[in-house]
Amino acid sequence: MTLDDILAGLFPAGHSVQRQGSMLFGEGAIGGMEVVDVVGIADGAMLGVEDALTLAGRVLGLLGQASPRPILVLVDSASQRMSRHDELMGLSEYLAHLAKSLLLAQQQGHRTVGLLYGGSAAGAFIATALACDTLLALPGAHPAVMDLPSMARVTKLPIAQLQDMAKATPVFAPGLENLAQTGAIHQTLDPTANLADQLLAVLRKAAGQDERGGLGADRGGRPKAASIAARIDALASA
Amino acid sequence: MSNLAVSWFEATARQRLAALVDDGSFEEFLGPEAREASPHLGLFDLPRQFDDGIIVGRAKLSGKSVLVAAQEGRFMGGAFGEVHGAKLTGLLRAARKLGQDVVILFDTGGVRLQEANAGELAISEIIRAIVEARTAGCSVIGLIGGRAGCYGGGGIIAGCCSHLIVSEQGRISVSGPEVIETNRGIEEFDSRDRAFVWRTMGGKHRYLIGGADDFVDDDATGFRAATVAALAAGKPLTRTVLEAEQHRLTTRLARFGKAQDGYDVWKALGMAQPEALPGLAVEAFLDIARDRRETSDDAR
Repeated sequence: MTLDDILAGLFPAGHSVQRQGSMLFGEGAIGGMEVVDVVGIADGAMLGVEDALTLAGRVLGLLGQASPRPILVLVDSASQRMSRHDELMGLSEYLAHLAKSLLLAQQQGHRTVGLLYGGSAAGAFIATALACDTLLALPGAHPAVMDLPSMARVTKLPIAQLQDMAKATPVFAPGLENLAQTGAIHQTLDPTANLADQLLAVLRKAAGQDERGGLGADRGGRPKAASIAARIDALASA
Repeated sequence: MSNLAVSWFEATARQRLAALVDDGSFEEFLGPEAREASPHLGLFDLPRQFDDGIIVGRAKLSGKSVLVAAQEGRFMGGAFGEVHGAKLTGLLRAARKLGQDVVILFDTGGVRLQEANAGELAISEIIRAIVEARTAGCSVIGLIGGRAGCYGGGGIIAGCCSHLIVSEQGRISVSGPEVIETNRGIEEFDSRDRAFVWRTMGGKHRYLIGGADDFVDDDATGFRAATVAALAAGKPLTRTVLEAEQHRLTTRLARFGKAQDGYDVWKALGMAQPEALPGLAVEAFLDIARDRRETSDDAR
């Protein structure tokens, strides 16, 4: 699905989402009274210091409303931008600032729903899609922490062997299904059904605690994370 | 306290912790005796470690009870795997409930690639737990001066802390030197040029641009004194704090946005001899840097 198709499907009552470079800003009406604010990154763009700052500024500008509206974060990105300039400026702070802004919005009563409709990787994935209270994806989305060729170089294993190993475990290889099994993706939407209805159903469910550890355990992709975190929590609280 | 003079860079995670906190006050949660190792490294025929490269527990600092975590950069580069990350997530969730501050001794290359998806998600869970603890009023203090630096998702976690203490040896960045060189070529980044690496992401540069709050000696005395002071000065994460950070980071790009080298930034800060800064000892550096650097003013 193209971005235009997705926006039309999510917002049958209309939207004002505009591009600013590879960033997306606007609002969309799902129908009835439900209006959501939209921010996003498109075109498989790399996320550098300037765009991370602009996105965070937009999110912070949405805070403080009397009745906080949901924020939809559309994501089709590459990784963080890899350059000497970005690191010289402190890219870690800019990405952290964006993640904190989204998480603070959630703390202040906004639903923050990510929709991964293309790629995302590494630090850009952490600062955008993974910083939402709920992460949705469309089939064909292709998140990755690192691509297999790079992983082959670091682990000194042939790609063919890594591909073989990836069949036995979802824990390291790229891809939507692997990340879903670890609990990163709450739900993959059905593109043949009404997108607005599916988004509305997600918004009607209250966002609670971080439940991704439990999802990863239930789906088999992260056997230990939830129980280890709970045991440490209990030991510290005893 | 023991071995306060030991080099932070050279020390192991356990030595750092022992030297940092009040003598004999450390109590570990799920230590090596619990044998909670990675369930994934066996697939790669790699050795496992019974604490998965991170030590978490409770200790006292100048009499104050805090939760502490220390990464071991000598095991898998201190990287975040499933168990490693979950130990820190659990500690931070407890901190919020207990209203206790957390001290994190970073020493990490980022995500552990052999369990990349679990590591990436662990970093996201840690960031969420830090924000939740900080909005509830807990301080989360990061100490950076280890052998592996603070790279990848570790750098982003550091950027979510309320206060950062760095030594000259500390490095904070998202993309590591080798990763940038591999992706963009040696003209963009020569990872073997150590001096260039340090003036792009090293402790002095981070302190000068306000990316870290304190610059200390490479030993436990310096880190301990700065940590105790930071624990006394904590305040919660609010919208006001993030708006101040927005302003701070905007100002940084406006002031240094064209810079391509640490020297350009330091010159713009008004340093008369930028090329002399890397060679200066801590006190001499601080004498010059204190008044001219961009401060972070708790805007993080």
